[in-house]
Amino acid sequence: MNAVHEIAVEIGGTPILLRTADLSFREMLAGRYAGFIGSSQNSRFELNVNLITPAANTASDEDVRVDVTNGVWQLRRGDFRAQWDPHSGRGDVRQTASPYSIDAVLRILHSLLLAKEGGFLLHAASAIRNDRAFLFSGVSGAGKTTISSLAPQDAKLLTDEISYIRKTADGYIACGTPFTGELARVGENCSAPVQAVFLLAQGPENRIDPVSTVEAVRCLLRNTLFFANDPDLVKLVFRSACEFVDKIPVQRLTFVPDSRVWDLIQ
Amino acid sequence: MSDRFIARSTAIAARMIGGEMMVMSASDSTFFTLNEVATAIWQAADGRTRLSEIVSQSVCNQFDIEPDIARADAEHFVDELSQHGILIVSDQPVTSPDAVEGL
Repeated sequence: MNAVHEIAVEIGGTPILLRTADLSFREMLAGRYAGFIGSSQNSRFELNVNLITPAANTASDEDVRVDVTNGVWQLRRGDFRAQWDPHSGRGDVRQTASPYSIDAVLRILHSLLLAKEGGFLLHAASAIRNDRAFLFSGVSGAGKTTISSLAPQDAKLLTDEISYIRKTADGYIACGTPFTGELARVGENCSAPVQAVFLLAQGPENRIDPVSTVEAVRCLLRNTLFFANDPDLVKLVFRSACEFVDKIPVQRLTFVPDSRVWDLIQ
Repeated sequence: MSDRFIARSTAIAARMIGGEMMVMSASDSTFFTLNEVATAIWQAADGRTRLSEIVSQSVCNQFDIEPDIARADAEHFVDELSQHGILIVSDQPVTSPDAVEGL
């Protein structure tokens, strides 16, 4: 009987137990998600990872596609195929030993799990300062990496790429994630109430400007990670974005790339 | 063209925020912000009222717009939203489960 190796990766307080027959893959996961390793005993969700040999005909550039069939989620990209039963909390993934594949699967699963609870994953850097979380959202090139690299020592970086936002009874919290961008620096595994979201723009001076509610919702939706081809979940994400904007200030932050921009972020 | 019946699809998410109606297609995630006139048409799209009547009652009677311009704008608006599955357009009254009865 083949040995099965387990490791629980806990992001946003949600552990997902990963099982693999490959010890070296398990060790790779332990290194990649160091700081986000949880207890196997507490995992409500389980994912069996079946490794395959890379095939020459693998279409690695195939876009992510997520569909639901008979209540089971089907996740696919050029480098992986996965299915996930949201009722049992269990699933399987077939992929090569690439860390990028399991990273993508985890992002998708968390986006689906969060959507049911009014939260979401956002293309945004985030950091905690004075016990409050600040998010810096924008598409690639908007300045997420730049503003993360300029963060002062008293700021705890939650992520430079993908922010994890969970709805709570009192509002919203932002949690650290191991999902890295160009800075390749894993976020700290901690959380804080969200104080504000800044839509990033680079310009000749540091300034904060208001944005309309509609623009805030539009930008939030544009930068939300969501892949599912499912009308009910799309409605949930839309509602979540509207409720979030009702409670959390969303403003435009124009900045020059030096550390003085953080004087505005307190 | 204006004799068509129009109905709001159920495959959408919509919310009025800050005086503006935001509508998103649940099928392709396209996002629209409707102005006052478009919102009036949207809210009147019950599947039982002809577009020509909606333009007459909900647009021309409430906004200072020439009837010909109102009709042309309404046709354009309806065509665009129907392409994204946000509005259902039919030559007959719309009673399908894909359409919303009330808002």
